[in-house]
Amino acid sequence: MNYIELTVPDAMRNHGTMWSRWKNRGVPAYLLALVLTGFYILVYWFPEPLAPLASLLDPLAQLLRGSAADRWFLYGTVYTVAVLVMGVRMLLRYRTQRYHVYRTLTLMTVQLMMSYLIPALLARMGSKEFYFSYFWPLKPEYLFPSNISALVQSDNGLLMFMGFWTITMTVVATPVLTYFYGKRWYCSWVCGCGALAETAGDPFRQNSDKTLTAWKIERWMVHSVLASVVAVTGLIWWANVDPASPVAPYAQDANNVYGFLIGSVFSGVIGVGFYPLMGARVWCRFGCPMAAVLGLLQKYASRFRITTNGSQCISCGNCSTHCEMGIDVRAYAQRGEDIKRSSCVGCGVCATVCPRGVLKLENK
Amino acid sequence: MRIVIIGNGVAGITAARYLRKLSDHEIIVVSEEAPYHFSRPAMMYVSMGHMTFDNTKPYEDWFWKKNRIELMHDTVIAVASSNAGLHISLRSGSTIDADTIIFATGSEPAWFGWTGEHLPGVQAYVHKSDLEALERNVQGARNAVVVGGGLIGVEAAEVLHARGLHVTMLVRESGFYRRVFPAEESDIITKHIAAQGIDLRLSTELDRIVGGENGGRVNHVISSSGECIQADVVILATGVKPTIDLATQSGLNTDRGVLINDRFETSLPNVFAIGDCAQFEHGVEQLWYAARAHGEHVARVIIEGAGPYVRGTYFNSAKFFDLEWQVYGVIPPESDESNSVYWNDASSTRSVRIAHNNGIVVGVHGIGVRLRQETCVNWIESCTSIDIVQKQFQKAVFDPEFTRKVTV
Repeated sequence: MNYIELTVPDAMRNHGTMWSRWKNRGVPAYLLALVLTGFYILVYWFPEPLAPLASLLDPLAQLLRGSAADRWFLYGTVYTVAVLVMGVRMLLRYRTQRYHVYRTLTLMTVQLMMSYLIPALLARMGSKEFYFSYFWPLKPEYLFPSNISALVQSDNGLLMFMGFWTITMTVVATPVLTYFYGKRWYCSWVCGCGALAETAGDPFRQNSDKTLTAWKIERWMVHSVLASVVAVTGLIWWANVDPASPVAPYAQDANNVYGFLIGSVFSGVIGVGFYPLMGARVWCRFGCPMAAVLGLLQKYASRFRITTNGSQCISCGNCSTHCEMGIDVRAYAQRGEDIKRSSCVGCGVCATVCPRGVLKLENK
Repeated sequence: MRIVIIGNGVAGITAARYLRKLSDHEIIVVSEEAPYHFSRPAMMYVSMGHMTFDNTKPYEDWFWKKNRIELMHDTVIAVASSNAGLHISLRSGSTIDADTIIFATGSEPAWFGWTGEHLPGVQAYVHKSDLEALERNVQGARNAVVVGGGLIGVEAAEVLHARGLHVTMLVRESGFYRRVFPAEESDIITKHIAAQGIDLRLSTELDRIVGGENGGRVNHVISSSGECIQADVVILATGVKPTIDLATQSGLNTDRGVLINDRFETSLPNVFAIGDCAQFEHGVEQLWYAARAHGEHVARVIIEGAGPYVRGTYFNSAKFFDLEWQVYGVIPPESDESNSVYWNDASSTRSVRIAHNNGIVVGVHGIGVRLRQETCVNWIESCTSIDIVQKQFQKAVFDPEFTRKVTV
């Protein structure tokens, strides 16, 4: 088996996936995990060794941001290039399925524009660096009083628009879009974490844990993170409204702890570093509070589901094997039941790898 | 009551699951093939590296204990009946007394006594042991011959092709699956298989298999037309026959399969047979989906005293390399424009055929198009006219979002 796919992959075929040492937790996978984890640790806490690398990007940073490249510019550039390059691989691999083509092109465009070029241009204009594709609770600070008041009370039209945008997206668009399309409108079409998972992470999707035990752990963890972010946001607001309250001194500490443990360690170091070992959706599945909110909406207030085609399932297990979220899709399909799981990001790969045409993503 | 099921394929395992759902009886499943149930149709995905063997197991290993279904990885060597009940002897030496026995022994390759069929490198592709044999046989192999143009034959060809072998396929009919498919559909599949690089020899059968020097491994095969075709591996996929030796030795009435009535009862009281090994008055029903339905129904017969098994509207599916196939109802292989409506797209790889009998729809057939079972079966069972089906056809399309429209 090839160590690296240098040839154009066969459309939608998984030949040799389980024998690849890259894709199936061989030594190269562990080395890659080490490199990715190390990169995140350097970026977050020990950036000095990255300075020469960042300085290589100075011309680009000057062009886009009008300032020298720092570690965050380096990180954003590496991230975006990974999404674009592996996005092309994804487009080739799934070229016969329009759903994947449209979805991948959207993810690549959103990443390039909303998470890379536009924030850089905003910085160049001397404005607040703002990501139009991230919302509370994935970016908790977007609903913190400092931001909301600054954005809404400003007489700067752009800042006002940002305030309007972030509140509307969180409060109105998220439930409405999720009602009609399921959480996939965000997780596998817009989100930057999703963009990396669906492109660079695609070769590792089969490494997600499908056991019932993993599902139990997942539900506890992801909802605990959601509870934490709600608590932190509440504390920050409480401290803002009533600075004399006894909790006020701890609000910023709580936010810092959350930012370190969840924002940096979980979503970054583990979330991406463990791609080759646990699949690309470790963060999305076990940690992302946005995914938790969307998941609750998807499960209880959405038209989206994966429908099962009568009794055609042959229990082969391709769907479960290649589900990046570790959903045992087959358990539902072989009983003829529709799949309505809060964790499903609607990537559609289960339906693609099904050899009997049993699964279909529907908003009915 | 203690119920022993012989065989842990889809028939036996479905019976065990429904017996547990419907009752509190003691349930034992004995299997010679594998310690845990696995999905037989998934074998090919293991051989191509799409899945691990563990991935083919539809239930986690704890499932059986939790549901009080005892699994035994052993071989039943004899079943006897006395006034005291039924007695099972196992190869390991132990015995089990049972109140009810279900034979779900499945089927085995049907070979026709060809010269050389037992040479090293010649195998079937039906059981778990064949999966393991394939791993050994493809090592260092360059050329393969697959004999048989059925569903297992095309799976075997796809597997060997994926493993980098040059594959020649001997198919008795003049077009792939022509015995089942109308001419146009057979043509689509035939061309698709050939386009993959499979050397498809139509109207050709196997004459004999020839080994290398020193009586070693297979070297080539001779076809019915006298051609010599190089082969380091030969997969004989010429169909399967019911596995009935144990039943016959145990005194059950057998013919091709274990003879049963429409409640799966054999000639011995409290002994049932289901799935591929069973033969109804009208014949065998060797189909994965049917085996699963038998498993559910036999549990209802045993626990609820259910009446005859009635087979619903026929359906089946398969995948020929990249082309999916689904069928509902009856599509006669001699279908033409007088008794069917046919559509295919410009690329000529997607097609739909709606067969009708004087304007009443009797079958729907799709290649490269996914069709909704509920809708198709409902049309057929409610004798819908062809005009209505054509007009409402989008309701039956189960293709992924954004797929090009079917305009039948």
